[in-house]
Amino acid sequence: MKFRTFTRHFREGTKNIFRNGWMTVASIGAVTTTLILVGVFLAIVFNLNEFAKNIESDVEIKVLVDLTTEKDDVLALGDKVKQIEGVERVYFSSNDEELESLINSMGEEGRAWELFEQDNPLNHAYVVQAADPQDTERIAEEIMGYDHVYDVNFGQDIVDKLFEFNNYARIVGLVLIAALVLTAVFLISNTIKITIIARSTEISIQKLVGATNGFIRWPFFVEGLILGVLGSIIPITVVLVGYQYVYDNVASQINISFVELLPFSPFAWYLALIILLIGATIGVWGSVMSVRKFLKV
Amino acid sequence: MILMEDVYKTYPNGVAALNGISVEIKQGEFVYIVGQSGAGKSTFIKLMYREEKPTSGKIIINDIELDKMKEKRVPFLRRDIGVVFQDFKLLPKLTVYENIAYALEVIEESPKSIRTRVLEVLDEVGLKNKARFLPAELSGGEQQRVSIARAIVNRPRIVIADEPTGNLDPDTSWEIMKTFEEINERGTTIIMATHSKDIVNTLKNRVIAIENGVIVRDEQRGEYGYEV
Repeated sequence: MKFRTFTRHFREGTKNIFRNGWMTVASIGAVTTTLILVGVFLAIVFNLNEFAKNIESDVEIKVLVDLTTEKDDVLALGDKVKQIEGVERVYFSSNDEELESLINSMGEEGRAWELFEQDNPLNHAYVVQAADPQDTERIAEEIMGYDHVYDVNFGQDIVDKLFEFNNYARIVGLVLIAALVLTAVFLISNTIKITIIARSTEISIQKLVGATNGFIRWPFFVEGLILGVLGSIIPITVVLVGYQYVYDNVASQINISFVELLPFSPFAWYLALIILLIGATIGVWGSVMSVRKFLKV
Repeated sequence: MILMEDVYKTYPNGVAALNGISVEIKQGEFVYIVGQSGAGKSTFIKLMYREEKPTSGKIIINDIELDKMKEKRVPFLRRDIGVVFQDFKLLPKLTVYENIAYALEVIEESPKSIRTRVLEVLDEVGLKNKARFLPAELSGGEQQRVSIARAIVNRPRIVIADEPTGNLDPDTSWEIMKTFEEINERGTTIIMATHSKDIVNTLKNRVIAIENGVIVRDEQRGEYGYEV
């Protein structure tokens, strides 16, 4: 397309934005509402995912060794575990170390356990970490089948529950957002329909003198795009300012190791970009929908 | 050249507008299409610039077979056909100059050649001194000349006019007819649907009469043939 033609389409599309007055305001409003909710929802989902990932990467397999196992067999078991594909790290924790960490973890009450220091009832243990958290379950099951293994523990069920919760949150959010996106598309396509009806004489003359359909469509396309992009300005501001606020004020209050908000930069900027793209898509979609019906030759 | 062979047109609502039309119009001819209202004149004309598609039959315009033409090519067919309407169809917010230039803008001519060509065509229709006027500031005849200027600004081989004098008084009508004759003298085919007995009987040209969707009469230098 010639640059001259492009500027013409842009000029025409912009004119319509002002020409349609309140319909323009309504459709920009719909896009704005939709995108604010999309932004908030995305920020929550991405952070929940991050939490889940953090927990998952902390997941360790604890292999308890049979009490009666000879020292050589204990070492052999450790070597065998190291050979399993996907195992990243294995360290040995003797029954004394296990008891010590147990006593430490119980604080004051732990003193009661000090009695056991003479006759330690605990097992030796291997702590195993998988290179890929997804492999944790497979590795645990494999170790379970080895000799001299008393028990194998890992925190997979917690991770599974979190993922499950994430999935529910995602489905509910997506349904909500899909409904809002459709509403916004509908409003935009209605606004553009008004433009098209108002300009029907012009369009019929354009067709008569041999304008291509593409040429006729472009200004409406531009109009939709502008509506979408204008509608994303407020949501982007809300997300950037809001996330900064939450990050500064809330994140520091939480002292749980895995609950760590994604840092403002670059996450909030990505979010802004996604919102802009969704806004533009809604606008273009709305315009394409209405123009297609109206411009059939 | 325009060629129609056994053309039928039935509208979706069941109205049979054309019932087997065959006609040949050579390049440079001046043809009146006459007939009562509802006889099928407008449909006949609309088929030529592909506003309507025939239900069956073959139409060839300027060597293009319309039923085999891709939808995408329709705009290019229309660039070779100028159309003039009874109600002018001018854009009220654009000046005379802009209205004519519009036809060239939408086919992406360069601003320089648009300017040259629009001034040239304004001169041809005698409206050079009205270039900056809005349509509402012109008389009916002048408005129709603007729409003629727009129709010929592309230098089309065919100009189609659907009752171009229908809204004009007799004197103005004659001026408009003079303009059409001048265009025709330069080799452009003119096809004009009209209800004006005076015009058809005075400015003698080929007359095609349509009744109930069929051609009932086709004479060189014919008469209007209906009582008004």
